[in-house]
Amino acid sequence: MKRFALAGNPNCGKTTLFNSLTGSTAHVGNWPGVTVEKKDGVYKKLSEPISIVDLPGIYSLSPYTPEEVISRNYILDEQPDCVINIIDATNLERNLYLTTQLLEINVPLVVALNMSDVLLKNGETINAKAIEEKLGVPVVSISALKEENLEELMKRALEISSTPREPRTVINNADLLHLIGDVNIAFKGKEVLNPLFHAIKLVENDELETKNHKDLISMVDDFKKTFKDDTFGDDFEALIADNRYHYIADNFGDVVVSQNKENAEKTSQNSIKNNKSDRIDKVLTHKVFGLLIFAVIMFLVFHLTFSENFFYLGGIFEANGVAPSFEGTIYEGLFWTDAGINSPGVILFNFFDMSFSAIIEATSGALASALPADAQWFTGFLCDGVLSGLFAILGFLPQILVLFLFFSIMEDTGYMARVAFILDRIFRKFGLSGRAFIPMIMGFGCSVPAMINTRTLADDKERTATIRVIPFFSCGAKLPILVAISGGILEAFGAGNVDLITYSMYAVGIVSAIICVLLMRNTTQRGDAAPFIMELPEYHLPQFKSLMIHLWDKAKHFVKKAFTIILASTIVIWFLSNFGFDWHYLDGDMSDSILAGLGKLIQPFFTPLGFGSQLSSFGFIFAVAAITGLIAKENVIATFAALAAIVVSDPAVLALIEADEEGIEAATAMIVSTGITWQGCISFIAFNMLTIPCFAACATAKAELPKGQFKWTVLFWLAASYIGSTVIYVFLSMFDGSTWVWALPTFAGIAVLAAVAIFFIVRYNKKHPVIRA
Amino acid sequence: MLKRLNEIKVGETGLIKKVEGEGLLRRRLFDMGVTPGATVYLRKKAPLGDPLEITIRGYELTLRKTEAALVVLEMEESK
Repeated sequence: MKRFALAGNPNCGKTTLFNSLTGSTAHVGNWPGVTVEKKDGVYKKLSEPISIVDLPGIYSLSPYTPEEVISRNYILDEQPDCVINIIDATNLERNLYLTTQLLEINVPLVVALNMSDVLLKNGETINAKAIEEKLGVPVVSISALKEENLEELMKRALEISSTPREPRTVINNADLLHLIGDVNIAFKGKEVLNPLFHAIKLVENDELETKNHKDLISMVDDFKKTFKDDTFGDDFEALIADNRYHYIADNFGDVVVSQNKENAEKTSQNSIKNNKSDRIDKVLTHKVFGLLIFAVIMFLVFHLTFSENFFYLGGIFEANGVAPSFEGTIYEGLFWTDAGINSPGVILFNFFDMSFSAIIEATSGALASALPADAQWFTGFLCDGVLSGLFAILGFLPQILVLFLFFSIMEDTGYMARVAFILDRIFRKFGLSGRAFIPMIMGFGCSVPAMINTRTLADDKERTATIRVIPFFSCGAKLPILVAISGGILEAFGAGNVDLITYSMYAVGIVSAIICVLLMRNTTQRGDAAPFIMELPEYHLPQFKSLMIHLWDKAKHFVKKAFTIILASTIVIWFLSNFGFDWHYLDGDMSDSILAGLGKLIQPFFTPLGFGSQLSSFGFIFAVAAITGLIAKENVIATFAALAAIVVSDPAVLALIEADEEGIEAATAMIVSTGITWQGCISFIAFNMLTIPCFAACATAKAELPKGQFKWTVLFWLAASYIGSTVIYVFLSMFDGSTWVWALPTFAGIAVLAAVAIFFIVRYNKKHPVIRA
Repeated sequence: MLKRLNEIKVGETGLIKKVEGEGLLRRRLFDMGVTPGATVYLRKKAPLGDPLEITIRGYELTLRKTEAALVVLEMEESK
């Protein structure tokens, strides 16, 4: 099967084209690992099926960030049968810069002029024929979004894909051409693929090239001694960039033609447009209101997803006596609780929750009457072990999707880039660039894509620091822990506020991240703040289709995880907790189970954190839950639900626990029977938030981190969670009882030590300054 | 009159004379279209005064003042 690669600037519509081309047959597989993060699919509308590869966006073939290296290597080394260079027709000048470099590679090339329909709407037309003549490769006007002319594009790509193309360069400085010619011959002699491209990059002093072909550098250096340009001296890098842009300006200045005069004058004013995008920008990045608007948007996103008192309207309804209770109907609790109106996210959650409970009840009822008495263990296995564990996870899918939808909208409209712009100044204080904000906020959804997204960060040390703190931005899978335990605290102690606990735990995660980033960027990951040079795309309305694709991808990933790793681990946990070391079925009394044995072994380690040896004999459950969380964080509450039968003997209470997908009942049972304090509960949440993330995130971190950093990262997570939770536990415990007698002096001691350490770090950094501007 | 990109006021326009700096950073600026001969318009500053948003070669680019300080401009003699 022939392979066509899609290359182009970021944000020029590559992925839209990819989705349009591969359509419903798309097998959008993310290949994990550092080497590749490209998507592939199949185009089936021609005589033969064609494999389409979507590459990360690039501005040039001299890569700057890790994701750009992927694109360069694919085009150069994997020898696709054709490269389709997508060009944003509304921004020809910069887009063609990449094209001038692609021309220097031997690969067959087709140019797709995307968004020509947008030009037309502005009263402009683009002359594809003229561009084709000048570039010497086929040029096709398309609209990736409206799927116009795609077949024509693919036909022409197929036509030329079999014939090799003679590479050419647009550089026109005669002396330079002479040098390039010589180096080209040297490369040809070495039988390197794409000799012209490599020759030019070597002359440009490209970092990758000079590293790989040290033997040829002397050719360039010798030539430099005899060369002198009036404006550029012997700065070949600037000279070549200038040559390329000059070629573009000289040849393509007139290919976009305005239909009316007035328009022509407008565009000629050096394209300082004052269009819709700018007007939106005036508000969203406003000097005073910009940060405020951002804060409001973030609040709304979380409020719409998680709040059980929508816009705090509950009180108004209550006061006027018109509170819709729906009591006794099937809608009870769906839209309305005593707390107020549910937000859309909570309504969706409740809907799934109720449906799942009904399924479990029906199943267990049917099995109870159908199975003989000696096979009743199977009912327990299926309902308590498998279904309640599985549904505990799937129940959160809608809420996670709602959160993800909002983030996708922010990304798709172009607002996310503005947020990076607004926040850069603040992030720099911590030694990060504004760009690091995007992977961090993605971490609230899931750590895996967030860690992959750090590839847009150019600096290795900045990436390492960012990847390490991403798990602290509590992901969707950690949400069940928050909801269940804060709900449990409320029920068991009759005090506390679920919203307050949830939001403060999110805050604990963020504060920990800030502290750790500051610490790392001043010690082990010390370095200059990476430069911040980023395109701000024009605003546009989010595309329904691309939003749905995002969500579908996310949902698929989540459901797959639920039915594989989480299903498997719930089954394993069930067996480990229902069988003793002699492989004998325990039938209810699980305190002699294998799992209990293992849990009791590690339980003492958690004593400083408040959920270790000070708990009753059932306390091992917390230890076990924390360990199963290392596989997937969803397991923590699923473990509580699965092990509820250990601590509860009343069948009525057990039924209640089974029916409650939020896990609050299970958490309550655990709290009451183990005698854990509320401080211990909070510390337990914090431990799970800060510790080693799930398997999937660990695998991603290992792949994304620089070589040798993963083991230190695991150690970092262990230390952060152990120390962080201990501090939280001891601090909170001071408010009850007499712990303060020893805790206060200890904290004072720590504070003094920290101050001394900070003093020395600051002094060292002053002596060896880094640029933070 | 020569000025650096970090020194001009919002709304001013200049012609790039020279791009200083070295290595990857300088190349990145070139790749993004910040080359001698290009016209730059300072569109706005971020709410906290940094980074800057400029219009260059028909699109919006954001960069910090530290990077902008590498770009030397020939200012339009308007007044």
